[in-house]
Amino acid sequence: MAVNDMTNLTLGPIAYHWSTQTRRDFYARVADEAPIDEVYLGEVICSKRAPFHEADLPATIERLERGGKTVILSSLAEVMLRRERKATADLAAMEAPEIEINNAAGLFARGKRPHRIGPFMNAYNEATIAWMAGRGATHVCLPTEMPAPAIAAAAAAARELGLGVEVQVFGRASLAVSARCYHARAHGRTKDNCQFVCEEDADGMPLRTTDDRPILRVNGIQTQSESYIGLLPEAGQMIVNDVTHFRLMPQAVDMVAVATTFRNVLDGTHSLIDGEQALRKLCDGISFSNGFYHGQAGYRRIAAAAAN
Amino acid sequence: MSLAELICPAGTPAALRTAVDAGADAVYCGFQDATNARNFPGLNFTPDELAASVAYAHDKGTKVLLALNTYPPAGKVDLWRQAADTGALLGVDAFIVADMGVADYIARTHPGVRLHLSVQAAASSPEAIRYYCENFAVKRVVLPRILTIPEIREIRKEIPCEIETFIFGNHGLMVEGRCSLTNYLTGQSTNMDGVCSPASDVEYKRHTDDSMSSQLAGFTIDCFGADEKAGYPTICKGRYTAPHRSEPYYAFEVPISLNLSRLLPDLIDAGVHAFKIEGRQRSKSYVRGVVSAFRQAVDDIRAGREANIADLVALTEGQKQTQGAFETKKWR
Repeated sequence: MAVNDMTNLTLGPIAYHWSTQTRRDFYARVADEAPIDEVYLGEVICSKRAPFHEADLPATIERLERGGKTVILSSLAEVMLRRERKATADLAAMEAPEIEINNAAGLFARGKRPHRIGPFMNAYNEATIAWMAGRGATHVCLPTEMPAPAIAAAAAAARELGLGVEVQVFGRASLAVSARCYHARAHGRTKDNCQFVCEEDADGMPLRTTDDRPILRVNGIQTQSESYIGLLPEAGQMIVNDVTHFRLMPQAVDMVAVATTFRNVLDGTHSLIDGEQALRKLCDGISFSNGFYHGQAGYRRIAAAAAN
Repeated sequence: MSLAELICPAGTPAALRTAVDAGADAVYCGFQDATNARNFPGLNFTPDELAASVAYAHDKGTKVLLALNTYPPAGKVDLWRQAADTGALLGVDAFIVADMGVADYIARTHPGVRLHLSVQAAASSPEAIRYYCENFAVKRVVLPRILTIPEIREIRKEIPCEIETFIFGNHGLMVEGRCSLTNYLTGQSTNMDGVCSPASDVEYKRHTDDSMSSQLAGFTIDCFGADEKAGYPTICKGRYTAPHRSEPYYAFEVPISLNLSRLLPDLIDAGVHAFKIEGRQRSKSYVRGVVSAFRQAVDDIRAGREANIADLVALTEGQKQTQGAFETKKWR
């Protein structure tokens, strides 16, 4: 493992409908205890949930900044309705804190003012990253499904252009978004009459195959991987390849301990084996996968890499 | 009244000729590689085949649209650029694109060829569409299959380009260009490789009780009784269980086809310029049947006659059809 205490650890936006109190407690702990450099805030999945925590945002931002964290506000991944268009335009109008854009509607509203590119924006290659950089992008989070050679090539291009490059290294992968709410559907409701049933599943609603194999998770309009992406063993290679930021997605586990584990291994104060063991313990019963990184089925855990 | 062009699938040179002969205003097709979102064995065109096909289509006054609608992974962008160069050289009438890097290259290198924004770009708001129009001079947007007709009408008022909508074929549920479900199970990416539920990973298993399961990459996607017809294992149309639903249910959508034949006058009235028929992987007889029926329907509407749509239900998936999101928001 390459030792690099300059690599930034980031905390992605909460994908789930956690209660206001849960969020408050979560971010208070992150602010005080987590070795996280940057925190993304905001509702990315479902615009109906946003009103529940909008009022808390200023206090959360202030709290995190007092804790030494850089705060970035993330925009919605899907923009269709009038309120979604307005929320996106309002975010794009902000001068501080930084913003991360997840939909072309946000890029349109932002113009050439500085912004980050979110993982839903499909920045797969050097040509697209160069285009985005020319339009004010300062940082890009690569799509979750990119394999290592493409990550390396994209990161090299981004470095040349002076952009930060981020890769998700922990948590469920976003596999799909839809106009339909699958949480509501599972409960015989429609999106407009969902009654926020997604709040029952703090780590997504598990789907199993008819022969009882876990396969996917439902989170409102989003479909996620059953496994957590776990790229701790691959982090060293990514640092060598110019990846500057590692994203941890909030899951219903002790995220402060997860972040601490990543930080300790990146800093070289803990071995990779110890780090892996710690993560397994923290995420008891959850399978880890690194297939996307290795150009294989995303759910797979490539053992050879884990042994490096 | 808008042009109401009929945009028809051409998975092979033979299907292209069939669609042209059946009255397509335009056909869409792709090369035999990852540059388009139907990268299946036995489908698509070599450059020589495309050259002959463009000549055939243009002879009969039919346009040819080339799909370059996948996302090149870093390090492989040249394949998409070469495909664009070849398409321009062969005289295609438009490129259908999704990736901003690809769109930028074509806008700069081949400004004389029209750019259409693929449904894979997932542009579902006036602002998103205008981003592509203003930056890459996109002339037409293919709208996602998730909008109601009143929503389409509103979008039309706010964008400077033409609108194309799907009217028949697959009922896509996931926002196109944002779906990695296939890659999660199979290792092949819809966005980067142009592959969705590849046949090479499909298996049907007969059980001792005569039931049948359909599998993708070893995952059971659905299970059928002895008297049920086994469907193709597309992940988003599979049956799964959830904690409070121990009986398998269609968690995302039932296997069903989109058929908007009854809504054509409303779509024209809403300002839709072009109707897209899905199915580049389908047979010549399918193409002939569907294109002929819709040709007749569009001609009837344009002539002010009541459209007499032939019964297309036999050509739909599982013999079930829907008007999807177009008719009502309750679909969501």
